[in-house]
Amino acid sequence: MADSNGQKGFAPKRVPSYDELLNCIRCGLCLSVCPTYRQAGTETNSPRGRVALIRAAAEGKLELSPNFVDHMYRCLNCMACAAVCPSGVEAHEIIVDARIEIDNKLPQPAIKNWIFEGLVPSPGRMEAAVWPLRLYQRSGLRWLAEHTGVLNLLPYNLGKTAQMPPTLPMSPLRQRLPEVTPARGERRYRVGFFLGCAQSLLFAESSAATVRVLSRNGAEVVTPKGAVCCGMPAMAYGDLDSALRLARQNIDLFERTGVDAIVTDCATCGESGKHYREWLKHDPAYAEKAETYSSRFRDISEFLTEIPLDDRLGEVKAKVTYHDPCHLVRGQGVSAQPRQLLQGIPGVELVEMKEADWCCGGAGTYAMTHYEMSMGILDRKMENAAATGAEVIASGCPVCQMQLAYGVKRAGLPAQVTHPIALLDKAYENRDR
Amino acid sequence: MKTEIVERLRRIVGEEWVLTTPEDLVCYGYDASYLQDRPWVVVLPSSAQEISEILKLANQEQLPIVARGTGTGMSGGSIPDQASIVLSVTRMSRIEEIDLVNLVAVVEPGVITADLQAEVEELGLFYPPDPASLKQSTLGGNVAEGAGGPRCLKYGTTKDYVLGLEVVLPTGEVIRTGGKLMKDVTGYNLTQLFVGSEGTLGVITEIILRLIPKPETKRTAMAIFPRLEDATQTVTNLLGAGILPSTIEIMDTTTIRVVEEYLKMGLPVEAGAILIVEVDGREEAILPEIEQVGRVCENSGASEVKVATTAEGCEALWKARRAVSPALGRLAPAKQGEDIAVPRSAIPEMVRRIGEISKKYDLVIPVFGHAGDGNLHPNLLFDTRDHEMMERVHQAASEIFGAAIELGGTLSGEHGIGLVKQPYIARRLSPPVLELMQRIKATFDPNGILNPGKMIYPEQS
Repeated sequence: MADSNGQKGFAPKRVPSYDELLNCIRCGLCLSVCPTYRQAGTETNSPRGRVALIRAAAEGKLELSPNFVDHMYRCLNCMACAAVCPSGVEAHEIIVDARIEIDNKLPQPAIKNWIFEGLVPSPGRMEAAVWPLRLYQRSGLRWLAEHTGVLNLLPYNLGKTAQMPPTLPMSPLRQRLPEVTPARGERRYRVGFFLGCAQSLLFAESSAATVRVLSRNGAEVVTPKGAVCCGMPAMAYGDLDSALRLARQNIDLFERTGVDAIVTDCATCGESGKHYREWLKHDPAYAEKAETYSSRFRDISEFLTEIPLDDRLGEVKAKVTYHDPCHLVRGQGVSAQPRQLLQGIPGVELVEMKEADWCCGGAGTYAMTHYEMSMGILDRKMENAAATGAEVIASGCPVCQMQLAYGVKRAGLPAQVTHPIALLDKAYENRDR
Repeated sequence: MKTEIVERLRRIVGEEWVLTTPEDLVCYGYDASYLQDRPWVVVLPSSAQEISEILKLANQEQLPIVARGTGTGMSGGSIPDQASIVLSVTRMSRIEEIDLVNLVAVVEPGVITADLQAEVEELGLFYPPDPASLKQSTLGGNVAEGAGGPRCLKYGTTKDYVLGLEVVLPTGEVIRTGGKLMKDVTGYNLTQLFVGSEGTLGVITEIILRLIPKPETKRTAMAIFPRLEDATQTVTNLLGAGILPSTIEIMDTTTIRVVEEYLKMGLPVEAGAILIVEVDGREEAILPEIEQVGRVCENSGASEVKVATTAEGCEALWKARRAVSPALGRLAPAKQGEDIAVPRSAIPEMVRRIGEISKKYDLVIPVFGHAGDGNLHPNLLFDTRDHEMMERVHQAASEIFGAAIELGGTLSGEHGIGLVKQPYIARRLSPPVLELMQRIKATFDPNGILNPGKMIYPEQS
């Protein structure tokens, strides 16, 4: 690795800055909040350790060995370390920078290139790709598999993780949602809806609820069909070029819609949308456009707490606990807003769980690539959730929801996992009835 | 030979808990000082029995062992060299017992300090020692380093809470010292000999800690003094007025300036010092007491006094003090927080001399610390890549130690000697004292396998 910040051209290759590595004074405060450290118990699985590894590599004292690469991918990117660091070191960013460097320097598996260059940029191809899963879930194969143990024959924990996705909607929301959903009553806002891939493919009903709630509150909702993946998965896997290509595509697309705000109900899409300005700040053609795009981006809970909310709500009787998605609480500083919305629903009793802002271990594809570690982290989360006695665990992130639902199943908890906005939608529905 | 020893270690602690990859070795080669190296192998045992077997093996083969907790020490005490076996006790992290009748806690050495505090506070009890690293440091490390903290003035340091230990000696015997006893004068006080011994005499495997009832609440005052001398005199005046604060923290002019540049919270950059005073106890007792603290500060020359009567107000007053570390972190790529302690009366002279040293060597040296107990943290800021600067840093440190000793002070109040202050130890300890300590070391550790050459061997550095 180089010891300078290689910002050349308009698509900079991000290289960990050596000065930033030295800013780590190794006090170890990050050990106290790092889920992988608390789980594994070895320094090598801590933020301080990972920064030390990257520093050693930058100094030429470590090779980019398979073990080194493995350690770079053990980080959840939950940002808990950066939030407590007294020296302002952003270990999660440094680790992504290292992954980008690995992606540049080492030959990458063909499947990775196919996923980020072929599959992810095309919503249609992604929708086709989940068909086998839908078939599996709906044809009785799932029942057969789960009851015969045949799943245990699959490699890489695929057997266990095949049980993780929720039952898929009959069709992705993208195919069903009109380009323009009119406002109910007087039109007060024109809002772009960034429909995330996971929301559309896995949690279509939840995003349909988001659109209903927006419309009810006077928003005309524009959902461009050409929107592509937000780029976060590619970025997390160190494929900077793909991430930036996707970002530029989304920026161009939403620019043409002329909306006041761009809203998403996916924590991850929100974080990347708000960070396009940093991703593209060295690209003269896009820096300004990215700035505008990011400044318009809002999580749904932010948008709804910034406007005068229609408070004609019916009752939803439930004891609810809220889990903070990393990409909301630390990625965007959003934690009060979803709680405020939940507390505004008549009948909802909001009970805080211990460590509500700790990562659930979902972290993108982490549960699939690091099953054991992920489950250890999930068990801790479930213990805290169970202690509240809540019947509903609310969280505004599809990956968290998937992980938490799996956790509920594993722990045999009598709880339901949902998006906070889905509860709000239910309250409106109960009023209308 | 070497692979055979690794095999034997694996048989003792299990395959999974012997680490040998270059990545693992890098991660067990540093602490919170600026030093680093790479050990030969890392082993993470889970019991005193396993540690005993490891030490027997090491003793027989004459292999150096460096024990550590989470590696948050400030003086390089847990830095290994390339021949060393690092022995981490972090897996031994059980709170074994909280005895509500005798008010003691029995813990394994890998328990995180803050975890014990949270656990006992839920029961209305209190474990007062509060090193700045309490959220990440282990109790084993706190005992081995004799860790302190701001609450020392009223509550003392780690040493005042250790009632008994289980220790594995370098020769493999597992011994017990002390017990759940408030009084015990049977034989030498070996318990206290291990406190602050920096991993040179044995590996601590169990600790019996004294607990006290938890103070109901606390209140804070902040006072700004145009003259540093008045700030230190205030400490004496407070005690004279019958007030024993739990904490009196001090920040000098340079620190105030650095924090103000970072926070822009309107601190007076011309002030000589800021004192932050905290009292704790029953609410009805401390509300009038904190008002009185304010009056004493005013009468002692403070130009401005803020008293917080609510918990939120207290947090706001601590903001400046808590910002010191991040503010310094942004000024330079590396720092060495020194840790001298002087008699309270010598604080103004000590700060004045540090100011001179700072000018002489053209270095920014903010001073802050615990005015109540005379423990000051002059922070040397530097860039290890700048060799000329490092030379100045070493000379400045050496002169700071010299000044502290001249004023009746010591090299380290709470961080320990380790490797960082080893070159200076002979200035503080006379030849017969050093020789006595070396003989004690040889008695415990005849083959010199535990943290060899550190702390009391000035000639080795």
